[in-house]
Amino acid sequence: MTTDNQHDLITDICTRYGNDKGRMLDILTAVQERLRCIDETSMHTIADTIGCSRIEVEGVVTFYSFFSVERKGDITIRLCDDIVDRFAGMKEISMIFEEELGIKLGQTSDDGRFSIDHAACIGMCDQAPAALINDVVITSLTPESARDIAQKLKTGTPPQELLNSVGDGNNAHELIRAMVNNNIRRFGEVLFDDANTGKGLKQALHQSPQDIIEQVIESGLRGCGGAGFPTGRKWSMAANTPATERYVICNADEGEPGTFKDRVLLTERAELVIEGMTIAARAIASTQGIIYLRGEYAYLKPYLEACLQSQRDSNFLGKNIGNVDGFDFDIRIQLGAGAYICGEESSLISSCEGLRGEPKNRPPYPVEKGYLDCPTLVNNVETFACIARIIERGAQWFNSIGTDDSSGTKLISISGDCDRPGVYELPYGTTVHELLKLAGAEQAAAVQVGGPSGQMIDPTAYGRKICFEDLPTGGAIIVFGSHRNILEIVEYYLDFFISESCGYCTPCRVGNVFLKERIGKIRKGFAELMDLDYLRELSNTVIQTSRCGLGQTSPKPVISSMDNFPLVYSALLKEHPDGMRASFDIQKTLEESRHLAKRRSHIFDTSYDN
Amino acid sequence: MSDSPKKRLATTSLAGCFGCHMSLLDIDERILALIEQVEFDRSPINDIKKITRRCDVGLIEGGCCNEENVHTLQEFRRKCDVLVAVGQCAIMGGLPVMRNAIMHSDDPLKECLYEAYIDSPYIQNDNHQIPNDPALPLILDRVYSCSEVVKIDYQIPGCPPSGDMLWQTLTSLIEGRPENLPLELIKYD
Ligand SMILES: Cc1cc2nc3c(=O)[nH]c(=O)nc-3n(C[C@H](O)[C@H](O)[C@H](O)COP(=O)(O)O)c2cc1C
Ligand code: SF4
Repeated sequence: MTTDNQHDLITDICTRYGNDKGRMLDILTAVQERLRCIDETSMHTIADTIGCSRIEVEGVVTFYSFFSVERKGDITIRLCDDIVDRFAGMKEISMIFEEELGIKLGQTSDDGRFSIDHAACIGMCDQAPAALINDVVITSLTPESARDIAQKLKTGTPPQELLNSVGDGNNAHELIRAMVNNNIRRFGEVLFDDANTGKGLKQALHQSPQDIIEQVIESGLRGCGGAGFPTGRKWSMAANTPATERYVICNADEGEPGTFKDRVLLTERAELVIEGMTIAARAIASTQGIIYLRGEYAYLKPYLEACLQSQRDSNFLGKNIGNVDGFDFDIRIQLGAGAYICGEESSLISSCEGLRGEPKNRPPYPVEKGYLDCPTLVNNVETFACIARIIERGAQWFNSIGTDDSSGTKLISISGDCDRPGVYELPYGTTVHELLKLAGAEQAAAVQVGGPSGQMIDPTAYGRKICFEDLPTGGAIIVFGSHRNILEIVEYYLDFFISESCGYCTPCRVGNVFLKERIGKIRKGFAELMDLDYLRELSNTVIQTSRCGLGQTSPKPVISSMDNFPLVYSALLKEHPDGMRASFDIQKTLEESRHLAKRRSHIFDTSYDN
Repeated sequence: MSDSPKKRLATTSLAGCFGCHMSLLDIDERILALIEQVEFDRSPINDIKKITRRCDVGLIEGGCCNEENVHTLQEFRRKCDVLVAVGQCAIMGGLPVMRNAIMHSDDPLKECLYEAYIDSPYIQNDNHQIPNDPALPLILDRVYSCSEVVKIDYQIPGCPPSGDMLWQTLTSLIEGRPENLPLELIKYD
């Protein structure tokens, strides 16, 4: 592409987004898609066009894993590097792609056609190993299918045509057409009961905002994204903060490894989610909403756009909704660009504002000062879907399901070593054991409840209940059989946090690296008892001194595995009565020096004959 | 602990600047009280070069940057009941550890030596050689803190720790009391 063409293309893209700096993410996504990179020249052009400095653009480009300064292939293959995918054989798949395409992981082919990269969990753990080829999701890869795909790509088959089949339910919809499966194994009474009805919103039209909020409070609904904050309380805070504009944001970033229930909800119950957002808009007097859709789920965007449009067509979105004078609300979709931290609500807001997805200091909380400094409600996909049902069927009905402190049902995504991975809608209070039985995983040796930021439990704890009073989860349950190495899992999760940390706080940026190093030392058999003290102490430091939820939870795999699998650790510890460290190998430390000095050590080379 | 009525104390400076030993001298006249209670074995203070027999306490200043440091540290570990890392260099590597920052090189040690003796614009090294006398101990691939090489029983933070702090720690150790340093002694900001 000539410089002139490139310049025109970029200014066109900027114009499409109103030359608005706040839409930087969209602009960069479009440029990356067309040019396969965002190089210096592009950054300059973007900066000049939208009126900011080049370094601001570069800051955003380098933050998100889907943007790159170096050119990526026309076809970008992202292999999911989640632990479940690894255990399902991703290493072999990755070697096949490397071999067939003649490039290594992280490289782009010389002709610019292909590049292969790793991606953190892409939300397909129940059909692992999976990959993204541009926006196209490929699931349940086998060595044979991987080779076949690589060969077809080489002969010029476009990614979309690689699919031999489409998945169940709406995955077959003409606007989705993905080979993804929903794998809904249990339809509960709240979310998957019947299809979308619009009944909740119709009720809400005749209720005052205060009434709506009171019902949400009465229902006992707690946020489904992980933290479990009482939704009604959040809403009343947003409604009570004086402001001329307020925003409703649906958190569809779903980045926690092992979680994929929001993907299924968006595929099967998108209208319910939109309905919940619209009810929220009425409750807090908002006119603008955003669905923050993770970049990995870009394949759902056309379908979701169509859902929004059909809601507009039926007067459920737009101006004077349901013919209620002055009830205006519309929603746009903000596509993410591959950053787990953007699931954290204040980072998500930064990201929607076109900034680096870094968390903000709190207070003020987003409900007081969020998107564009206005009160902003951020709720999870599932939370909004529950809202629509609560208003439709009543707070009492919802409250009667589940346990005392955790009302309703929970969508749970189960993956790993089980016979029936997939999505289960179950009332809060279900025990881990019941879950494992449903999923065909009664032999599980360890269960990770709530993804890496949750806890790893052992079989003696399978009687515990999934609910906020006992074992909270944002929805991820990952099952590990007895043939899995617990410390490999812990090390992997630390790796995940290391690569996803935004780097703002030292304890999180550096502490997690040290934790990982120490786990590595234990795995090599060089560790002593005091290394466990070190792990515990450092974990506590990271938890207590990190700014956001990522750092505050990242050491949890270490702590919970130490608490619940002490024997795994103690089996690998070795005390050295002479006080020498097994991990220190003097010969290795001298190798380079001997080479440079061209002589041997007269202390440590015993054969040294002077 | 050995049965001699006086406790035996050995001290050494590895990859340090002797600042911690200077600080030890800052206990001033209390050194007289100290030698009532302890016998100095190997130490720069009395210039004894080898540990003569088993000691109760060993104080280590500095981390390990060359083979001789490792050798000395290992000897201290073998011959001292309690080993104390004194000061930031012994605990974390301190200033010398800055060379560990050269890590994204194919040959970090070579890069470090060239920077130190050949390439840097600020050096005066008329023969343009990297020192390599056979009497010089071989340098390690990177700097190691003491606890990476041997087990360390106690650490006294500071750069250097104050004389008062060293005094408190030493007397506690000699009397076999659990250490209980007041916060104002170990708080540096
Ligand atoms: C590192 C990190 C990642 C998060 N990722 C998500 C996510 O992917 N989806 C989500 O709904 N909430 C996520 N959260 C929680 C959000 O910050 C926020 O609590 C949630 O969206 C609020 O919605 P809820 O109350 O409906 O759960 C994350 C939090 C942290 C600290
Ligand atoms: S805890 Fe980690 S992810 Fe969160 S702000 Fe600090 S560095 Fe960033």
